[in-house]
Amino acid sequence: MSVSREVAVTVNDIHKEFVLPQSKNSSFKQTFVNIVKKNNKVTQKVLDGVSFEVYKGDFFGIVGRNGSGKSTLLKLLAGVYVPTSGEISIKGKLTPFIELGVGFNPELSGRDNVYLNGALLGFDRKQMNTMYDDIVEFAELGPFMDQKLKNYSSGMQVRLAFSIAIKAKNDLLIFDEVLAVGDEAFQRKCLDVFEKYKAEGQTVILVTHDMETVRRYCNRAILINDGKLIKVGSPRAVADLYSDLNNQQIVSEMEHAKPSHKEHHVHLQIVDDNNRQLTSFIAGTEFGVSLAWKENHEVDSFVVNLFRKSGEHVTSFRVPVSGRNSFVLKTKPLLGKGKYTISIEAHDKNDAIISELRGETEFFVTDQDIEGVPAWSGMISVDHSVEYENKG
Amino acid sequence: MKYLHSRNRAILREMVSTDFKVRYQGSVLGYFWSLLKPLFLFAILYVVFMYIIPLGKDVEHFPVYLLLGIVLWNFFTEATTLGASSVVARGDLIRKISIPRYLVVISSSLSALINLGLSLIVVFIFALFNGIMPSFSWLLIIPLIIELYVFALGISFFLSAVYVKFRDVTYIWEIVLQAGFYASAIIFPLTLVPEIYQKWFFLNPIVQIVQDARFAIATDTSITIWSSIANSWALLIPFAVVAVCAVFGGLYFKRHSKYFAEDI
Repeated sequence: MSVSREVAVTVNDIHKEFVLPQSKNSSFKQTFVNIVKKNNKVTQKVLDGVSFEVYKGDFFGIVGRNGSGKSTLLKLLAGVYVPTSGEISIKGKLTPFIELGVGFNPELSGRDNVYLNGALLGFDRKQMNTMYDDIVEFAELGPFMDQKLKNYSSGMQVRLAFSIAIKAKNDLLIFDEVLAVGDEAFQRKCLDVFEKYKAEGQTVILVTHDMETVRRYCNRAILINDGKLIKVGSPRAVADLYSDLNNQQIVSEMEHAKPSHKEHHVHLQIVDDNNRQLTSFIAGTEFGVSLAWKENHEVDSFVVNLFRKSGEHVTSFRVPVSGRNSFVLKTKPLLGKGKYTISIEAHDKNDAIISELRGETEFFVTDQDIEGVPAWSGMISVDHSVEYENKG
Repeated sequence: MKYLHSRNRAILREMVSTDFKVRYQGSVLGYFWSLLKPLFLFAILYVVFMYIIPLGKDVEHFPVYLLLGIVLWNFFTEATTLGASSVVARGDLIRKISIPRYLVVISSSLSALINLGLSLIVVFIFALFNGIMPSFSWLLIIPLIIELYVFALGISFFLSAVYVKFRDVTYIWEIVLQAGFYASAIIFPLTLVPEIYQKWFFLNPIVQIVQDARFAIATDTSITIWSSIANSWALLIPFAVVAVCAVFGGLYFKRHSKYFAEDI
C-alpha cells in the first residue's frame, strides 16, 4: 500500500474493563455491605492493549470469535463506551450501525421514522429533506410512508432502516454484522452496496464473522482474540488465521466427544488405509467409508451422501450390496478444509428408502500446506495445471 | 461547534415531537386531553375546596389561585418523574449510538414543559372568567417558569443518573413528591400556617415560585418571600437552592453519563 495515506482512525493502546455487577438478588444486608466496601469489585478485561490505524478509503475488517472483544471495540469506536485507558481519535464524521433502525418507533409513520432515525445519525431536517426521496425509492416503500411502522412487515422495516443507513452517509461508516439479518435478496443488496462503497473509496469498518465478505471486500483487516490484537494485515491472512483458530477448537471438540454409536443395525466409520478410525485428516488424503450391517435381504443398495456440515450436498455414491453385510468405500476427494458429515440410506430393489442414518458421522478436513501456504482454497479443488511462459 | 449545535437540535426536536405524537396515540380527542385534563382537575378541586372543605374562603380568586399552584406542581412532578426514568427508558438508544446523553433528559423535560404551556392557557382563560384583568405582571410567570424548569432539570439529571444503578430511587422520589405536595402549600393558602413557620416554607424554591406566580396572576394577598422575610440575604436562599441543585445535578450526570451504556 502507498506510504503516506491519510489516517482516518487511530486506536492507541486501548484497554477496556467492565465491572461485573454483584449478583442481583443479593440480600438487603449484602447490598449495604457492597456499598460500604467498594473494594470487592469483580472486573473483567475485555480489551487488553489494542492499537491499529484505519486509513482513509480503507475497507477495514474487524474479525474475531464470539466473546473476543470485537463488539466492545466497535462500541468504543462508536463512542458508546469509553475506554478504561488508551485513546481513540477519529477524523471526520462517523456513523455507527451497531443496529439498523436505532430509535425506530412503531407508533410513528414511516416518514416520521426516517426523520427520527436520520436525526440520531446526525442529520437535521434540511439535510434529511434532500435525502428523503432517495431513501424511499431505494426502500421501494413509496406508498407506505404515511402508514405506521407497526403495520410494516419485518422485511419492510429492515428495508427502510437499511435505506436510511446507506443514504445517510458520513465520512466513516461502521457496520456490525449487518449481513446477519435479512433474507438472501437483502443480503445481496447489502453486498452490492459494499461493492459501491469500495468503488467510491468510502471508508468503511466492518465487524463480521463471515470470512467470505472479508476476503471479498476488505483491503485490510485485524483479528482479535481474547481481547488482544493477534494479526493485522491482508484480509486473506487474517481470514485464514481466523479459520485456523476455529478449526483448532472444532477438532479438539470432536476428539473429546465420545462416539455415540448406539445399538444400531449398522456400523459406520471413516477409516484410513489401515482401517483405523479417522476424525480429521489433511485435504487430498484418501479415506474409506466403512459400513457394516446386520444382514437384511431387503437391502439392495446403499447410498452414501457426503455433505458439508453447513448443509451443502457435496456428492453421493451408490453401492450395490445384495447378499453382503459390509463394505469399505475408498475415495480421495479434494475437499476444502471444513467440517463434513456423512449420511447413509438403505434402498430396496425398487429404490425405495428402507432406513437411513443421518448426521452420526462427522469428520474434519484441514489445509494441505506447501511450505506453510495452502496450495488452494475453497470448497473443493478441481483438476488444474500451470504452464509458465517466459516472454522475451 | 456549529454542526454539533444543529445536530443536537435536530435530535431534540425529533425526540420531543415523537413523545408528543405518541402520547395521545389512538385516543379520539388526541391533543385535546392536554387541555381537558387540567380542566377537569380544576372542576373537581373547585367543588371540593369551595363547597366541601372551604380552605380558601378568605382568598381572593381562590379557584385561579388553586389551579395555578396545581398546574405548576404537576409540571414539576411530571418533569422529574419522566426525567428520572428517561435514561433507562431510552436505554436502547444509549447502548447503540453516541448521542449526547443529556439530550435524553432534556427532551423528556421539554415534553413536560409543552404540557405546562397548554395547561397555562386553561389557567389564563379561567383567570379571565374569574374577572381578573390581564396585566403586565402576568409576564412575571415567564422568569418563574424558567426558574422552576432549571430546578426540575437539575433534579432530573441527578435522579436519572442514580436510577441507572439504583432502581429504588424512583420509589423514594415518589414519596418525596408526596411530602413535597403538602410542603409546597399547593392546595391550602399559606395563611393557614402559623406565622412563625411561614418563612421556613420558603426554603423550598417551589413555594417561592408558586407564591410569586399567584401574586402575579391571581391575587396580591398571596404571601411571598418578599413580604414575609425581611433579611435581604435570606431572600436569596430559594435561588441558591435552585442553582446548587442544577449545578450539582449537571455535574453528577456528566461524571456518570460516560458509563451509562455499560451500566444500563
